[in-house]
Amino acid sequence: MNKIMIDSAYFGLVLSLLAYYLGIKLKNKTKLAFCNPLLVASVLIIGLLLLFDIDYSVFNQGAQYLTYLLTPATVCLALPLYREFKILKDHLIIILTALVAGCITCFVMIGGMAMLWHLDRTLCVSLLPKSITTAIAIGLTGEIGGISGITVAAVVITGIFAAVIAPLVFKWLHIENPIAQGLALGASGHAIGTSKALELGEIQTAMSSLAIVVTGILTVMIVPLIAPLFK
Amino acid sequence: MGYLFQFMIISGITFIGELLHYFLPLPIPASVYGMVILFICLLIGIIKEEEIKETADFLLLIMPIMFVGPSVGVMENFGLLSGALIPFLAIVLVSTFFIMVVTGITAQKMMKDKEKQHE
Repeated sequence: MNKIMIDSAYFGLVLSLLAYYLGIKLKNKTKLAFCNPLLVASVLIIGLLLLFDIDYSVFNQGAQYLTYLLTPATVCLALPLYREFKILKDHLIIILTALVAGCITCFVMIGGMAMLWHLDRTLCVSLLPKSITTAIAIGLTGEIGGISGITVAAVVITGIFAAVIAPLVFKWLHIENPIAQGLALGASGHAIGTSKALELGEIQTAMSSLAIVVTGILTVMIVPLIAPLFK
Repeated sequence: MGYLFQFMIISGITFIGELLHYFLPLPIPASVYGMVILFICLLIGIIKEEEIKETADFLLLIMPIMFVGPSVGVMENFGLLSGALIPFLAIVLVSTFFIMVVTGITAQKMMKDKEKQHE
């Protein structure tokens, strides 16, 4: 039985799709924000792998084919951005200001809380790229002396958390403007946040996609400058 | 336009993105290069929206599922945190919340001010 699992190229694929499907079912039934399908699917699968003592590599052998599509899918985010180009042009200053504000918030919060807890430098710098898309974050963390495993975990947890809390935050704080919603999702939750923006609407998706690019570039420029400040 | 043709264009741009990532010494991933290239191609009309529409919309629709693998992979890295799990989670969650709030409120407030000016 174990041998079949280890050799199977489809075990992880089917499990991913099935767990995600159950996540959607659960979300439709409960209507609760924290029943985000990605969160539900991940928790279900982690539980299952631990329960049956299955290696992550066995699961990922099949699941990696879905992840493989992530690069072309991210490329396709240019399409909603193109469709909403007029909005981008008309509100360029506002968009850039909001994203810079978000970036500064990120570094101040991480730096401040890390000092409060006297975290060691490696952990702290590994957290700095947490709100940008995984591929940029991994490259960056290597450059500033972080540990890529910690950065990846931070990036993924950040994205899922952003997707989960976004509907609640928007409701509580009355953030109804679609441009503001999209920028907030992309700046805080990178591509995973953007996949949530896809549910909200095309303007949100376009702004969130733009936020991935701008926040990514800002972080790449700023983080190497501030990383030496952490001791 | 056929799905196969559309997927060919999207894969082609992804590949160009990969090449740029390989040859340029910047920490920018292939996907971001690709996104910028596709955006420019759409703007100047080298690629028409109809030539990628259905396949692009499908890929975007199923995009959240592509994160299941990396999310489950987080379990592999928890060991690295040895003892610092609570501050790690606190920093990640709290900062994410504030980035979202600050970005959203800033944009919304500026949009409202702009609308008022136009009235």
